[in-house]
Amino acid sequence: MNNVILVNLPFIVVALLLAVGFYTIGFKRNLIKVVIGIEILEGAVNLFLITLGYVKGAYAPIYTMAPKEAVNNMVLPTPQALTLTSIVIGVAVSALMLAFAVNIYEHYGTLDVTKVRRLKG
Amino acid sequence: MTTLIIKTTTRYLTALILTFGAYIILHGHLTPGGGFQGGAVFASGLALLIVACESDVIRERFKKVPLSALESIGALGFLGTAALGFMGYTFFKNVIANSGFPLFGGRTPIGINPGYLNTGGTLSYMNIFVGTKVLAGLTSIILVFYLLLEVRKDE
Amino acid sequence: MRKALGLFAFIGFTLFLLVAVVSLRPFGEPVHTEMDSYFIEHAQAEASANNVVTSIVFDYRGFDTLGEATVLFTAVAGVLMALRRREVKA
Repeated sequence: MNNVILVNLPFIVVALLLAVGFYTIGFKRNLIKVVIGIEILEGAVNLFLITLGYVKGAYAPIYTMAPKEAVNNMVLPTPQALTLTSIVIGVAVSALMLAFAVNIYEHYGTLDVTKVRRLKG
Repeated sequence: MTTLIIKTTTRYLTALILTFGAYIILHGHLTPGGGFQGGAVFASGLALLIVACESDVIRERFKKVPLSALESIGALGFLGTAALGFMGYTFFKNVIANSGFPLFGGRTPIGINPGYLNTGGTLSYMNIFVGTKVLAGLTSIILVFYLLLEVRKDE
Repeated sequence: MRKALGLFAFIGFTLFLLVAVVSLRPFGEPVHTEMDSYFIEHAQAEASANNVVTSIVFDYRGFDTLGEATVLFTAVAGVLMALRRREVKA
């Protein structure tokens, strides 16, 4: 039981970050805090993608001036390529969310989530 | 909003950050990095410039820089380089790799080697175009948010 | 009352996540690695690059990069359109 927790430590960190992200989205009233919760969720998913591709005792997948025992002993490179795409898309979504938050503040005068639900004319 | 510490630090650090970003974009096929990462570093150097100078200086300096044209050039160049593969092969095929083209067309030795800049094929062209697109896009976003803050303070 | 019910559901969800995460494969021992072995072996001969991750992003899986460039362009266009100021002709 102790060995399982110590070996799988990155996966447990991913689960805790997911829990913190969902708590911030569901239980906070300020709109900016909800946006921060969404960014925490996206960081947890990127971390999970990278830790899926680790090989124990291997080296980085780059051939420029690598050490001699790294030729047949490299980490899987495909999850790293997918994580690059995911990070850029996260940046784009965050920028769009913050632009809409500025527009909501100018229209309603407040950033409270419970008060901006009514559809005014 | 700017203090003396920020102004003095920016005077010495901006050139270093911009050069580092350009180095990461150009050597994308040899060391960790590439188009997206180098473009983000370059945009954060420009963001430091935006924060450290006065508002009217920023307005008149950035009117001369065609940011939306740079982003369009990046996107169209990326598509054009990908469509080079139509001459005989499929879409997105690396037709310049390991051939004799004088710019980015050399041969890569197999195995561990110290890394030559002349290799890469269409990979290096795509790095430069995507780096331009990312830096123009991120700088436009930061500039729009900054000008919004200045308008709010005037009213 | 509703807040206590919400907190109970949230704690149950966290316990479910923790149990699910320790029953995956152990960290550091992937099983099916045929595609990645091909990429590592042939990246220098076919894509002429020392960096295997860059050759995957721009050569072997170039369509994903095309979609991502489109998403970035659309997001920048959306931000610049949402924060427009109307010029007041006074």
